Amino acid sequence: MNDLISLNHGSGGKQTHELIKKVFVKKFGMTEPLTDSAILKEMGKTLVFTTDSYVIDPLFFPGGNIGKLAICGTVNDLAVSGAEPKYIAASFIIEEGFPVNDLVTIAESMADEATNAGVKIVTGDTKVVEKGKCDRLFITTSGTGILDYSQEHISTGKRIKPGDKLIINGPLGNHSIAVAGARNKLSFTTPVTSDCASLNHLIEGVLKSCKEIHFMRDLTRGGLAGVMNELAGMINSGIIADEASIPVDDPVRGVCEILGFDPLYLANEGKLLIVTSAEEAEKVLEILRSDALGAFSSIFGEIVPDKRNLVVLNTSVGGKRILDMPSGAQLPRIC
Amino acid sequence: MKFIDEYRDKDLIENLSSQINKSVIHDYTFMEVCGGHTAAIHRFGIPSLLSEKIRLISGPGCPVCVTGTDFIDKAVTYSEMEDVIITTFGDLVRVPGSASSLEKKRVKGADIRVVFSGLEALEIARANPDKKIIFLAIGFETTAPGTAVTVKQADKEDINNFFVLSAHKIMPPAMEAIVSEGVNIDGFICPGHVAAITGSSIFGFIPEKYKIGCVITGFEPTDLLQSILMLITQVNNSSPFVEIQYKRAVTVKGNTIAQKDLKEVFEPCDAIWRGFGVIPSSGLRLQNNYGKFNADIQVPVSIDYKEDDSRCICGEILRGMKTPEQCPLFANICVPENPVGACMVSNEGSCNTWYKYKIVR
Repeated sequence: MNDLISLNHGSGGKQTHELIKKVFVKKFGMTEPLTDSAILKEMGKTLVFTTDSYVIDPLFFPGGNIGKLAICGTVNDLAVSGAEPKYIAASFIIEEGFPVNDLVTIAESMADEATNAGVKIVTGDTKVVEKGKCDRLFITTSGTGILDYSQEHISTGKRIKPGDKLIINGPLGNHSIAVAGARNKLSFTTPVTSDCASLNHLIEGVLKSCKEIHFMRDLTRGGLAGVMNELAGMINSGIIADEASIPVDDPVRGVCEILGFDPLYLANEGKLLIVTSAEEAEKVLEILRSDALGAFSSIFGEIVPDKRNLVVLNTSVGGKRILDMPSGAQLPRIC
Repeated sequence: MKFIDEYRDKDLIENLSSQINKSVIHDYTFMEVCGGHTAAIHRFGIPSLLSEKIRLISGPGCPVCVTGTDFIDKAVTYSEMEDVIITTFGDLVRVPGSASSLEKKRVKGADIRVVFSGLEALEIARANPDKKIIFLAIGFETTAPGTAVTVKQADKEDINNFFVLSAHKIMPPAMEAIVSEGVNIDGFICPGHVAAITGSSIFGFIPEKYKIGCVITGFEPTDLLQSILMLITQVNNSSPFVEIQYKRAVTVKGNTIAQKDLKEVFEPCDAIWRGFGVIPSSGLRLQNNYGKFNADIQVPVSIDYKEDDSRCICGEILRGMKTPEQCPLFANICVPENPVGACMVSNEGSCNTWYKYKIVR
């Protein structure tokens, strides 16, 4: 491992996992598999507990802002564990000189999103640091939720078996491209808005009617390709995915074509992967599609026996290629 | 999506692959010269559609890959200067120099900014008049006209803090270097975007002098397959010539406006290609009358760099003599997060694409 932290350590790929394993898992004595939320059994109930920090630039982007993101992200981490999100704690690190009006707007978004998701923001902390000591505003949210014992298997995927189907709830990459656009990093404008959304109600609807949900994970850093690789390793199997069945909106495809990005590796903030039994896949799809947040859901892949844990993509033109774990940040190509 | 989907039509692709595989009568080795082709071939899984008798090898057309260590070392040295902002295309930041890389320098606080064009670098120069903005100008005939336009614009506005470190290169001398060493290649999949600027005629010497076919190719899967079919037909008929598959972008004459800009701003010079050494008249440097924008003249630095890791076979890979898997460093010591040679660095680099999209048959 390099001596200094680089941006690659935060990109959600190999280096991120290596850092977490070599520093935190080891020092804190945590046990693997690492899931989105910790599952805690206390006083006859099973609680889930998670935390996440938000350092997005810019703070406001089409489709949301750092506040909305801080609620959605933590709600989603709890919800994909199969839990009902309940309470949120929010900590703010604010740079001296930050406009109070902006803070008010951000807090309002957080309140709105919390109401929308049905969670309560119950505690928090505020620190102000000297100018230059942070980039305007960083938010950390932690959340707890209650997990029914019947869903405890979801975050580790231990019930997954060959033949299980992979489903996503809509087109990929919108968040990454919306944020890149808002950073003025593109020399053109795009109509893309972030998919930032709380998915707990969507997930609740699925879990209520379907008994064979074997795994869920939100598709943030590292994108779908990152999550599929992690999953394949976790369950010691392979995955076959069908590129033509993975929805990507045209404006996102267009930007990716120009810059040489791969939408399968881009971050999302309102998308999840569901693994379910083949028998129940159509039913899950139907429920997802009945919700606005899942209107473009698609069954796109299958778990297969493979000790090499490869994720193979059947390309839309009929070829095959291996989708590897992302490594470093995606960089624009020169030509 | 228009202009994309029609070139990725599955039925058309099946039809083309089956025609290709029916035309195969012996083994064929074709070199795709452009890194963009290498990336597209792997991304769409083209090799899995082709008969095993067809071997595709990657040539010297990834501009990041062929950029010499000396250039990176110079850029790294510039990045250590207090009053310098380095502006660069994204994938160059990871390229290892002899001791460091721009990425490592950025971690330590150097001001290194990723830009999408020279004009964006010029914008940074306007906004930071007290800094020296050094634009790392790499790329072939495709990218160099953009730099030429930027330099002309800087001249027009009389901007005094914008400098170009040029490693621009031109393609034909490198292709000649490959064939003149007698490598076993049956045909070239020629770079479509280079030819869009230069015109198809620059490749004429290859069939004339070396009897090797050339097809100027677009970047979609149907483009690539159609070109492979055209090359097989040329080989089967023993009639090598320059054929344009990428007709929607390429003409015999090319883009004469871009050619004029190139000629006005740049002049040919000898250039170091990673893996090839010096190839005479294969580089582009600023003409004397644009010397005020030449970083080498205006901000001179001396560098002291070590030779490349002797086990790295980047050079042989770029010549098409070996594949990445024949390298003792590949996928164990040399990986995308710790690249030894530049072929592992760029998204388009041969080793990087082999590593990422290992071919599944």
